[in-house]
Amino acid sequence: MESLTDREIERLVGLACEIRQRITDVFAVAGGGHFGGSMSVVEILTTLYGSILRVDPERPDWPNRDRLILSKGHAAGALCPVLGCFGFFDEGLLDTFNQLGSPFGMHPDMNKIPGCDMSTGSLGHGLATGAGMALAGRADGKDYRVYVILGDGECHEGSVWEAAMVASHYGLENLIAVVDRNRLSLDGQIEEVMSLEPFADRWRSFGWHVVEVDGHDPRSIHEGVQHAHRTEAQPTVLIADTVKGKGVCFMESKTEFHYANLSDEQLVEARSELRRNS
Amino acid sequence: MARDRVTTLPAGDIATRNAAGQALVEAARDNPDIWVLTADVMHSTGTKPFAQAYPDRFINVGIAEQTMVGVAAGLATCGKTPFAATFAFAASMRACEQVRSDVAYPNLNVKIYATHSGLALAKGGTTHHATEDIGIMRAIANVTVLVPADARESAKAVKAAAETFGPMYIRLRRGADPVVYGEDFDYQIGRANELRAGSDVTLIGCGRTVAECVLAANLLDDEGIEARVLDMHTVKPLDVDAIQRAVEETELVVTVEDHNILTGLGGAVAEVMAEMATSVRLKRLGLPDIYAGIGPEEGLLKQHGLTSAGIAATVSSMLA
Repeated sequence: MESLTDREIERLVGLACEIRQRITDVFAVAGGGHFGGSMSVVEILTTLYGSILRVDPERPDWPNRDRLILSKGHAAGALCPVLGCFGFFDEGLLDTFNQLGSPFGMHPDMNKIPGCDMSTGSLGHGLATGAGMALAGRADGKDYRVYVILGDGECHEGSVWEAAMVASHYGLENLIAVVDRNRLSLDGQIEEVMSLEPFADRWRSFGWHVVEVDGHDPRSIHEGVQHAHRTEAQPTVLIADTVKGKGVCFMESKTEFHYANLSDEQLVEARSELRRNS
Repeated sequence: MARDRVTTLPAGDIATRNAAGQALVEAARDNPDIWVLTADVMHSTGTKPFAQAYPDRFINVGIAEQTMVGVAAGLATCGKTPFAATFAFAASMRACEQVRSDVAYPNLNVKIYATHSGLALAKGGTTHHATEDIGIMRAIANVTVLVPADARESAKAVKAAAETFGPMYIRLRRGADPVVYGEDFDYQIGRANELRAGSDVTLIGCGRTVAECVLAANLLDDEGIEARVLDMHTVKPLDVDAIQRAVEETELVVTVEDHNILTGLGGAVAEVMAEMATSVRLKRLGLPDIYAGIGPEEGLLKQHGLTSAGIAATVSSMLA
């Protein structure tokens, strides 16, 4: 895979702006949502779906597709608009978000959302299920890759590290984790709540190839993934430096926007800022 | 099938875990999608023969039950039929949320292969007993709960699980348990096996207690009490028709389990009987919301009234 052209970068940057507006729309319909972690993960999702993943919206269950597990399932508010944007379903359906009988809710359901490869929501589950998919792919001689997007707060869960051990023990080079390193969890600064540093070294000591990237720069994310693709006999984790609530000034790096229902004034202000920057 | 006038059943010549493990190997011979995972208990769960026969389809995750179930779920999304093998207490409690969220909720074809259930690890004490697992697994939507009675039925359960789509909890045991079944018998998930006909009382067991129910029926026969014996090898979905017949045709229903009477087999039968508008009495034998204590398994079963003599004594007093 080659590096992205300036034109492709421009497209991905524009796409990220568009998705942030849709997240705001979805959460307005939904009566609130996880703004912080949905806004921080946007470029990770748009870069993966827009320039990396081998998927076919016409065949969401295609056996040879790359898989993506949103282990930080509370960012469904970002994943669903991205899947809609890439044609996995009619984007108009997103207007039902959180409503009775809707396929879309706070956390994604693989049996209801075309293109969603795993139901998630409870933290600390996605890396193990991803390892299972990677093991199956290898056993079947398939060349698909499995991408698992984790929150950094999620890495407090012991099950993440159990799965990290399994992935490196089995040399799962087809498994790529991306940590949305926005440095905030529900209760505050992660380093104060329960420190993760030395974060990269911890992953290295578990046998992972670590690549640190700018999680809001499609070029940096794309290059990081290229490093992962060239890595043999071990899994790779991209630690993507991000800003919680990215794109809306009054939300950025604010724990109170981990989950929020915007007031009418806040909604106008957020939409106006996102439009201005698009 | 049940033998007349015997007071003990012969111990099997094969441990239940080994019979189940052998069934896995046989099922895998015909089905290349069967995988086995374990959490550092390959030897204890009897899955080593599978590991040797099919090393490419065997995953040992180390002592990490949550991850074992998660990995199994991931495999299942790719068309595999994984059996995740560990001790019942860990499968049902340490990995409980993975079973619910990663397997049952997405309705994936994962089989939880839970050995050493009930009081099989009797001397291990409460941490190693699994006397809550039926209740826990029964409460999780989409999960079928199988509780085979002996080595032969364990093998049948494993093969049926391999051939039937859906999340399942297979509650297996450990050593050479009393033999309940002969070489040839019918086994259908969801359909209780009537091991003995009777019109006075219905004894319903599952797993280890089925043998005790069979023997209790023989003891009761000496007292002129005709006991029907049901092997409720599938606790979920429960064979409601068999319970309906018991209620219509016998005067008393007694459930017997090596499990808390809350939520287990007795709880399941009680729920069904409560909606049948019947006056037939129900007695739940098992652990009355207590921990079993420590000792050899036979001693614990006896102490809690779960051996044939204890069951027979309960029935006699209730029908007196």
